[in-house]
Amino acid sequence: MGMLLTRRAEFSASHVCCQPSLTAEQNRQLYGAAANPSGHGHNYVLEVTLEGEPDPVTGMVYDLKKLKDVIQQTVIEPMDHRFLNYEVPPFDKIVPTTENVAAEIWSRLAPHFENGRARLHNVRLYETEDLYVDYAGDRS
Amino acid sequence: MMRVTRRYRFAASHRLHSSQLSEDENRELYGKCSNPHGHGHDYVLEVTAAGPVDATSGQSVQIPALDRLVSEQVLQDFDHRYLNVDLAEFQALVPTSENIIRVIEDRLQSRWQETFPGEWPKLETIRLRETKRNLFELRP
Repeated sequence: MGMLLTRRAEFSASHVCCQPSLTAEQNRQLYGAAANPSGHGHNYVLEVTLEGEPDPVTGMVYDLKKLKDVIQQTVIEPMDHRFLNYEVPPFDKIVPTTENVAAEIWSRLAPHFENGRARLHNVRLYETEDLYVDYAGDRS
Repeated sequence: MMRVTRRYRFAASHRLHSSQLSEDENRELYGKCSNPHGHGHDYVLEVTAAGPVDATSGQSVQIPALDRLVSEQVLQDFDHRYLNVDLAEFQALVPTSENIIRVIEDRLQSRWQETFPGEWPKLETIRLRETKRNLFELRP
């Protein structure tokens, strides 16, 4: 394995975890207070980790400024200060659990790191300080 | 595969002192941690469970169920206790963080299947932070 490089970003968003095919009681059991119908918000913290060998000329695994811009354009701008269920597809159709949001972020980021020196290694999404999800794509 | 990590806290006191060692040996081995009346920490416990995302719920781990398990199996017995005195496991076992993490693993595994009846999620990692400077990790 090469060197790992992690960039952190934050966004604030609201969501509600409710699966329409289930009863209110089943939703309550699955999601707890996250099923409350009007929704609630979090300060999400995203950590994007790339893996690769540092370029012998630049000494960098990846240009941090470029990485920041990719995260900004694909994740932060569309999701920051939004109600995920109503404003950010595919969460009009799938429940915006931490797992699903992490997987969606992975699929938005992955195409940007397919042909370069660095590849997308892991996405860590903190919903709160006390709850986070790690996703490393289908291969993991 | 999705890895979900949940963080918990408990405050407890302990004393590191082995009846199989002399006073001098205990002092040499455990230092201040061997002081006769014990001392306490704000422990931070991280539990990582891993599994595929369920298509209906959008979850790989039901957080309310995990919270209940950790609360009933660990926090209720450990929080605001003197581990050496109040817990059966530490009557004959020195409550080092290594031993505490093993006991926590046993307690979680003993009701894991009942809490999560399917094949997934699996208990993947337990991390115990005794202080900001000491971190212990167990992968069952």
